[in-house]
Amino acid sequence: MSKPSAIVIGAGATGVGTARDLAMRGVDVTLLEQGNLTHGTSGRMHGMLHSGGRYAVTDQHSAADCMNENRILRDIASHCVEMTGGLFVQMPEDDDEYFEQKLEGCRECDIPAEVLSAEEVLEMEPYLSDDLERAIRVPDGAIDPFRLCVANAVSAENHGARIETHSEVTDLLVEDGEVVGVEVEHKSGSGRRVHGTEGETEKIYADHVVNAAGAWAGEIGAMAGVDVEVIPSKGVMTIMNVRQVDMVINRCKPRGNADIIVPHETTAILGTTDEEVEDPEDFPEEKSEVDFLIEEMSKMAPILEDARTLRSYWGVRPLYEPPGTGTEDTEQVTRDYFLLDHTERDGLDGLSTIVGGKFVTYRKMAEATADHVCDLLGVDAECRTADEPLPGSEDQAVLSDAMDSYGLRSPLARRNKQRLGSRYDDVLSTADPNPVVCDCEGVTRAEIQDAIESAGTDLNSVRQQTRASMGTCQGGNCSHRLAAELHPEYDQATAWAALEELYQERWKGQRHALWGEQLDQATLNHALHASTMNRDRDPTDVNVDFAAFDAGRAVADGGDHGGD
Amino acid sequence: MAINDDVLVIGGGIAGLTSAIAAAKTGAQTRLVTHKQSTLGNASGLVDVLGYAPGEDTPLSDPFEAFEQLPDDHPYSKVGADAVRDGLALFDDAVGDEYLGDHAETNALVPTHAGSVKPTARYPRSIAPGLASDDRDTLLIGIDSVTGFDAPMAADHLDAVGVPFDVRGETVRFPKSFPQDADVTRYARALDRNEPTDDGPVRKVLAARVDDRLDGEGRVGFPAVLGDSRHETVRTELQDRLGVDVFEVPTGPPSLPGLRLEDALYEAAEDAGVRITSGNPIVDYDADNGRVEQVLLDRLGSEVPYKAQQYVLATGGAVGGGIESDRDVVTESIFGLPVEHPDDRYEWFDDDVWGDHPYTKFGVSVDADLRPVAGDDVQFENVRAAGSVIGGYDFATEKSGCGVSLATGYVAGNTAGELL
Repeated sequence: MSKPSAIVIGAGATGVGTARDLAMRGVDVTLLEQGNLTHGTSGRMHGMLHSGGRYAVTDQHSAADCMNENRILRDIASHCVEMTGGLFVQMPEDDDEYFEQKLEGCRECDIPAEVLSAEEVLEMEPYLSDDLERAIRVPDGAIDPFRLCVANAVSAENHGARIETHSEVTDLLVEDGEVVGVEVEHKSGSGRRVHGTEGETEKIYADHVVNAAGAWAGEIGAMAGVDVEVIPSKGVMTIMNVRQVDMVINRCKPRGNADIIVPHETTAILGTTDEEVEDPEDFPEEKSEVDFLIEEMSKMAPILEDARTLRSYWGVRPLYEPPGTGTEDTEQVTRDYFLLDHTERDGLDGLSTIVGGKFVTYRKMAEATADHVCDLLGVDAECRTADEPLPGSEDQAVLSDAMDSYGLRSPLARRNKQRLGSRYDDVLSTADPNPVVCDCEGVTRAEIQDAIESAGTDLNSVRQQTRASMGTCQGGNCSHRLAAELHPEYDQATAWAALEELYQERWKGQRHALWGEQLDQATLNHALHASTMNRDRDPTDVNVDFAAFDAGRAVADGGDHGGD
Repeated sequence: MAINDDVLVIGGGIAGLTSAIAAAKTGAQTRLVTHKQSTLGNASGLVDVLGYAPGEDTPLSDPFEAFEQLPDDHPYSKVGADAVRDGLALFDDAVGDEYLGDHAETNALVPTHAGSVKPTARYPRSIAPGLASDDRDTLLIGIDSVTGFDAPMAADHLDAVGVPFDVRGETVRFPKSFPQDADVTRYARALDRNEPTDDGPVRKVLAARVDDRLDGEGRVGFPAVLGDSRHETVRTELQDRLGVDVFEVPTGPPSLPGLRLEDALYEAAEDAGVRITSGNPIVDYDADNGRVEQVLLDRLGSEVPYKAQQYVLATGGAVGGGIESDRDVVTESIFGLPVEHPDDRYEWFDDDVWGDHPYTKFGVSVDADLRPVAGDDVQFENVRAAGSVIGGYDFATEKSGCGVSLATGYVAGNTAGELL
């Protein structure tokens, strides 16, 4: 008898988590994603591991979920998490009463919370404004969404799942009032992505389809004639080139705009705004949003006013509230998740939709979805995702011993170890030289090659897995080196195409940081790629009359060739 | 007590050095003040004059052919083609046989480390045997621990460009191993010193490893790691051992050909009698009656005045620190000279990374005499600008890196000297 089967649409945190959970319970899973892993919101968040403190006053159900999942992730995804701790900082203009509500709310939600005086706060975070009144310390942290999603995907594959990225679902196949499968367009063939490979269409059938498409969930629902009214809400995030703070800093005021700083690897990320948009793929990215963020955050941390930013990016939250709720301000829409049973709701079998929620609660959302699907498919298996560590987080004990084994110098070794977790040994055990490819982030060739194994020629995916090209130079010094790692497995034309895509993507975010030192950096990058490499006017596609150019003095003189 | 000179050049890059040499050659007592390391360590070491006409994708064999198509505010349009020839002549004289290309007024096509070719007017002697119009078959050698140059991939790309010879790439292991984050200067130093290895001196072992891969090619190209202070000795020994010509392919920073060019020009400046003051920034200036009277150098917290009759501003563009910006305004960094730019910083760039960007052309506007202007108003009668601090051109796209610096450096320095 064949295994019960399911298709999951969307490889954000919720989708990969659902695929992993179902695969671990013995379901034959196919995960489909239109872009690369974390193409949507999961790849465009601030990387904050919420304690739930942010929602402890107005959205306590969500807050308690965050705290529970925060504890679980520290355990199962330790190599993706940095427990920085977090502060809710009260500034002079912030309300005392709200501060007390926040403290009380945290306690009601079982979130450890401690009040710190201004002196104590400034001792820990000297770049915060010395005007601050006091703060509440909570167990917020930083989480790497790319690493987390990749680890989930690897685990799902290890349990037999098929994962197709760059594969867009173009239709849901409906027969007799039941969704029976999907039509999918593989943009560069099925399997690993390779630039230049011709696309193909495939029909995939399954016993159940899960719509975990986030901001695109409405479009997927519409393919089977059901309404899923996702409210796409955009938020801007700005990346600083250094960590001005070492803890997550929240402003202690009612949830609003521009009130979080998340230290993340070598950077700090400022967030964010909250504004409904029409189309999650096409919305304005405006200077005023970046300026607002910097100016607002500078009130809490004055050093930010003139600090170097690397780039800015926008994410689109897939907010959801049941029809008829009618919340006006997107910031006030619940962060709870909703599992829509379309049989019950719309009389359509074979389809479930999971929407809303938070990145931090992805695992719980996946568990609820998998419970529901297993129930429908008659699969009797318990969820194990809260207990079984993700690949990379299995065995922390071996790590400290591995530190010196590969000739990696600290802090290079420390950063390699942080990224790879318990996969350290597997990835780095090579007899060949393992030079640093990305200097800013200390990423070595072995890590790049490891990422290419799953990402194919998708260098943006390689970037997300390794952090290569995410530092101060934004790919100026290393993007071509990354591309060279594709050769000779892939030919030079494919590697050039992959480089071009990565380099354009790096530019997209830098445009929003184009002043001061990052403008200087962009000018240098332009010189290296256009002047030194001539990548902008490479004459591959034009006829060059080589004989018309100088062939050297020796040739001009008709004498012997010589090096002098 | 102020330090007094006839001409004071601010900036130690190629434009500053050219200006200082040109001024000194007029007989003026010339001083060059430089603060930070120049940007030549980022540069390929090639001297481009003009590689492409505006909007064209076919490289120009004659660098002067498209001068008339350049816009009026381009520095070449201000100084004219003869100034470019004068600048090149000064350069050829200054660097002697370290550089080639002066035998012809055509551009050469030099292989780049990405595997493209680019048009250039002057090239270092170490790069000369690699020209793409020379039809000898070529072996490119990569070093497996140097990530900036992938020889097999570059060879395949050169082939796709259509070069008139067979080209192949091989990767070898360097005879010594270095830390994973060692940059190319470490490799160059090992070759300079011919450091010992278990199998013999490093040059000999490297040559043997390359010899194993040679298959009748007439020349061998390496990434530009072949020595720093003794680079000609290193390359000559490799040539002798291999029995074929050896050349370098210029790479990204730190770029040894760029650093060697800097050394050669400093030597020429010293030979020309230029006094050099390095390591301290200029933090202020005094002006009177439309003339700069003195500039103030910060030395350990005290301000030391430097006076001259004429000044040359050669502080570079954004990368060199001559042009600075914040979220609203772009300015010149020593005299606060205005830089023309759109008010909205979201109009400083194009959405395509290869698009026509205003930010790559940021710099001061100058009159025909290279004096910085605001609108039509000369800012200081005795200040001339040279090199990347001048706006109106994108050297990277048009491939005019160093050429504009030589031409404007020559004119600014020579004029300043002649005016005394």
